[in-house]
Amino acid sequence: MKVIVDEAACCGAGQCVLIAPEVFDQRDEDGIVVLLEPEPAEDRHTAVREAAAVCPAGAIHVDEDA
Amino acid sequence: MSVDEQVLSYPIPSDAALDPPAQWAELRNKCPVAHVTLPSGDRATLLTRYEDVKQVLADPRFTRQLNAPDAARMSADGGGVFSSELATIIPDSGEEHQHWRRLVGRWFTAKRMNAMRPAMIQIAEDLVDDMVKRGAPGDLKAGLGFPLPVYVICDMLGVPAADRDRFSYWSDTLLNLTRYGKAETDAAQGEFFQYMSDLVAAKRAALGDDLLSELITAGGPEDGGLSEIQILVTGMALLVAGHETTANMIGKMVAMLLADRSRWERLLADPSLIRTAVEESLRFDADSGVGMPRYLNAETEVSGMVLPRGTTVVCSMAAANRDETAFGNAGEMDLTRSPNPHLAFGSGAHSCLGQALARTELQVALEVLLRRLPTLELAVPVEELERVEGLAVGGLREVPVRW
Repeated sequence: MKVIVDEAACCGAGQCVLIAPEVFDQRDEDGIVVLLEPEPAEDRHTAVREAAAVCPAGAIHVDEDA
Repeated sequence: MSVDEQVLSYPIPSDAALDPPAQWAELRNKCPVAHVTLPSGDRATLLTRYEDVKQVLADPRFTRQLNAPDAARMSADGGGVFSSELATIIPDSGEEHQHWRRLVGRWFTAKRMNAMRPAMIQIAEDLVDDMVKRGAPGDLKAGLGFPLPVYVICDMLGVPAADRDRFSYWSDTLLNLTRYGKAETDAAQGEFFQYMSDLVAAKRAALGDDLLSELITAGGPEDGGLSEIQILVTGMALLVAGHETTANMIGKMVAMLLADRSRWERLLADPSLIRTAVEESLRFDADSGVGMPRYLNAETEVSGMVLPRGTTVVCSMAAANRDETAFGNAGEMDLTRSPNPHLAFGSGAHSCLGQALARTELQVALEVLLRRLPTLELAVPVEELERVEGLAVGGLREVPVRW
């Protein structure tokens, strides 16, 4: 699994950090997403998929084949 | 007459406080772009499908210029939160909006909310102590739902505790679209504006560890910060937004969970469901208020219908959240639902800035209630719960409980 985030689209809702804190963080200065693990381990895949599905800005893209 | 031939009065009344109006399903199926008449008498276009609401809320062509001369007025005399002149002071689109949002957004990150969680739990514990001291039955909205978010947002902004109560009235005049006349709303806004001016001036003289002080420290527009008036209006907007929305949602969430007490028992048995239960409560809330209005300054198409320039569109997030094409068993409250991409906080660049705060407050309220008052139940039959009329954000008058 490969995760890509779109900083320009991010609206700083923080859902990804609440759901998958090992994979996502937010910059202290403006709340924009920081990708901690672009290729998360398998036990985090479910949480990453949920974070991507509920992101209000559609700013998280998950490539399942990568 | 079917829904596609008539002009519906909006908001559409519901027979029961916690249930959606029957017309929602018919609108979504047959008339996803419907003509409605607002309380002001003005016409607007109502969207009820998930895909439409999600797309429109994130589409910059649907603007927030509700003060345009031909935009529909949400309230009878054109007052209220959507058409307030103050709303025009915060940039509403493009790079300027993004700049404002990022300056303020740093205060509402998930990490900050997690750091504030212990303090929120303490506030909730103290409020529950007070409820217990006063004895059952009690009103959960007045006892916990209302004060918790008010105390938290006042602390974040650095508003002295002694001044908290004054905001309830100011906030209500902005958010209630039918109860107050324009003169009363204008007078309240004037007082609120004056209060915030004095508060910002006091912070400027003696900076504290709070959001307003930090916005002041960031400097003026030439330093990448906000102007004096923008700081002031940002403070007002955050106080209003952080006040009645979550306050009412705590009451509605607890009412929904107690209306079918097997839901409450499920959470008692497995508190790890609190997070998904909060999201499902947000999705399932059939009374989230008037929805979100948008104004079109160019002709645009939605669901195959051409909407002319000058159209005011009202997005019903609550109707969209019951859309069967987006959620399996949309009419069932499923405390384990995941993922739950509901639209309670909107979508796109304007989705609720304070959503991590609201989520944390709702989780804390539920966590503390489950732990402290496991025997909690409604003190009246669910049919006796009543909605507040005319409130832009929706809520129950009271949530009578015993334990």
